[in-house]
Amino acid sequence: MKSAIVILAGLCAATVQAATPADLLTGYHTAAAQQTAGFQPSAQRGAAFHTRNFGVSAKLASCASCHTDNPAQAGRHVVTDKPIKPLAPAANAERLTDPAKVEKWFKRNCTEVVGRECSAAEKADYIAYVTGGR
Amino acid sequence: MKRVLLFVALLPLAAYADDLRPLHAAPPAFQAECGSCHVAFPPQLMIADDWRRVMSSLDKHYGDNAGLDEKTRQTLEDFHVRHAGGRKVGAGRTAQAGEPPRLTQTDWFQREHRKVSRTDWTHEKVKTPANCAACHTKAAEGSYREREIVMPDGRRWKD
Repeated sequence: MKSAIVILAGLCAATVQAATPADLLTGYHTAAAQQTAGFQPSAQRGAAFHTRNFGVSAKLASCASCHTDNPAQAGRHVVTDKPIKPLAPAANAERLTDPAKVEKWFKRNCTEVVGRECSAAEKADYIAYVTGGR
Repeated sequence: MKRVLLFVALLPLAAYADDLRPLHAAPPAFQAECGSCHVAFPPQLMIADDWRRVMSSLDKHYGDNAGLDEKTRQTLEDFHVRHAGGRKVGAGRTAQAGEPPRLTQTDWFQREHRKVSRTDWTHEKVKTPANCAACHTKAAEGSYREREIVMPDGRRWKD
């Protein structure tokens, strides 16, 4: 657990340096594997997570509420209607390149939509999903 | 001397009579933090006290958790307070802006939008009066000129 924190702290500290989506996936993968031996990220689990209705917020029921069913598509904030650039790095090169930003939005959005912070395993699955299952 | 002081005190009011101008001196966090879920609202639209109240309760931000680290929060609060609107937007009208303060409820905002019809406000593309960009096509850049307005049904704004 401690090393998981160290890895995550390392991820957060690396704001100045650009990261790649693959770096982020590796970080969360490693952290999750330390909690559950043999953990492997699954794009399929990430996809199911993306559309799951968590029943916590009426308006923000699932990730897909704002980000649409397709991570390669632009979304819209359901409350403010502000356009949201695609989640998939394939469609939006800026995405998943700033570890601190990724952590910030996981924290906010998970708290809001899932009702708690997400685990390293969930984040690894999710990144595997939006990066196209690689 | 008294007259000079009065004149100086009134200067900010005169400056405010201009259009809302984009703030080039904004810290980078302004767009990144205040403009990620909604348009980054111009600080001129509310008085300093209202901004202080908004910035001191970011964990409960109009139904969302918009919490920031303290350093960023303070930077943004200072920026909003420094560029906050004067009496023209809201001093003495805080009560009407409600709790939490909403810039769409200041007398100034209501007056500026008095000719906007109910049909426009309730148009499916608008969703909330805080969705500036629904009509102010350059709101994301901080520009609210009248000639940039396109109403949700596509027509140009004619005053």
